[in-house]
Amino acid sequence: MDRIPILKLGGALIVTIQVDMHDRLALALEEDLTAMIARTGARGVLIEISALEIVDSFIGRMLVSIAAVSRVLDAETVVAGMRPAVAITLVELGLELTGIKTALNVERGMSLIQARLAEEEDGHGSDRDHHEG
Amino acid sequence: MTMDGTEVLTRTVTEDEATILDGWTGALRESASLQGGRIREAELQTQAKAVLGQFRDALVAGGLDADGESYAPLRETLADISRSRAIQGFTPTDTANFVFSLKEPVFEALRLKSGADASAQAAGMWAGGKVIDRLGLQTMEVFLASREEVIGRQGQEIAELSTPVVRLWDGILALPLIGTLDSARTGVVMENLLQAIVDEEAEIAIIDITGVPTVDTLVAQHLLKTVAAARLMGADCIVSGIRPQIAQTMVHLGVELNVVSKATLADAFAVALRRTGRKVVRQQVPTEGRG
Repeated sequence: MDRIPILKLGGALIVTIQVDMHDRLALALEEDLTAMIARTGARGVLIEISALEIVDSFIGRMLVSIAAVSRVLDAETVVAGMRPAVAITLVELGLELTGIKTALNVERGMSLIQARLAEEEDGHGSDRDHHEG
Repeated sequence: MTMDGTEVLTRTVTEDEATILDGWTGALRESASLQGGRIREAELQTQAKAVLGQFRDALVAGGLDADGESYAPLRETLADISRSRAIQGFTPTDTANFVFSLKEPVFEALRLKSGADASAQAAGMWAGGKVIDRLGLQTMEVFLASREEVIGRQGQEIAELSTPVVRLWDGILALPLIGTLDSARTGVVMENLLQAIVDEEAEIAIIDITGVPTVDTLVAQHLLKTVAAARLMGADCIVSGIRPQIAQTMVHLGVELNVVSKATLADAFAVALRRTGRKVVRQQVPTEGRG
């Protein structure tokens, strides 16, 4: 069974979906991604779906659940490059993917994740300062 | 002598064509068609002549069956005429009268032809009435279809005209909505906006509803859907131009717009500039007492 490759780039994981998603593929992706986040300690997950033309409620729900699982493991999910038709379909299905960050393309998605990583670094820094002071 | 109505009618129309044409053009001239000045007398005469000629041919070839093969050229001519009248703005009465006014001269010719033979006259009139009525109805059907086509096209043009997406700045789009929002229009609006977001790589879209006369729960729902779809694509939406009365109505109706909203397009634009890391500054402080 084919699987969707997951790439690690710095503190982020990148998934680009280039094939039509079917249900088993989506389930496998959720499993792989969860395992990968746990193994690498990634803080951000970027899912690029500009090649995805067809979504149904199941795929929409998978995206939401991937995001929820990632959040539990302290990684933030960004969905990038959604096509207009897909966005309309998801809204009509009532799946507004609340809690997931979205970006127009990979570049902007990465900068969202980097911004979070940088912010956390600052946050840790100030924490340490606080302890020392 | 017993005669079939079709035969009487066919013979009358064939032999007295010139008289009938005279009578018909006379009737047409008196009717309202000409008085509006929308059509010239010569044109009307040419049309009448062509129609009557084809009517005669069709009668000879196919009898009374106005839906039959032999009437095809006549139906075509009448369809052309009624289409052009629909576009020129004739009233339905004018258009229908063009065909129905043929009855009088035909009946008159039948009366003269039959002389004392009342049954032949009645049969001929019955046949003539039937076939001319059928032709009139066909003409009206084409007339109405053409009118509806015109109306449909106008509706489409209005829909296209009224949903422009404007680029205010790099990455900032504005969508000024004008007129009532229904489901069909919202669909077009949503698609246009989302496509523009992709094309312009926009970060922020401002939906300005200054020109939307009423906002009810349905319109609010449409707006929310559009905002949600834009968010899914990675763009933020700001709703602007909610008029005071509309804001009151919305609150009274319990409609909640859980989106960033600003009173005017200018305010929304300022927010959009700030979010994209830009600022508008006055280049020079105006000095007092100049000029």
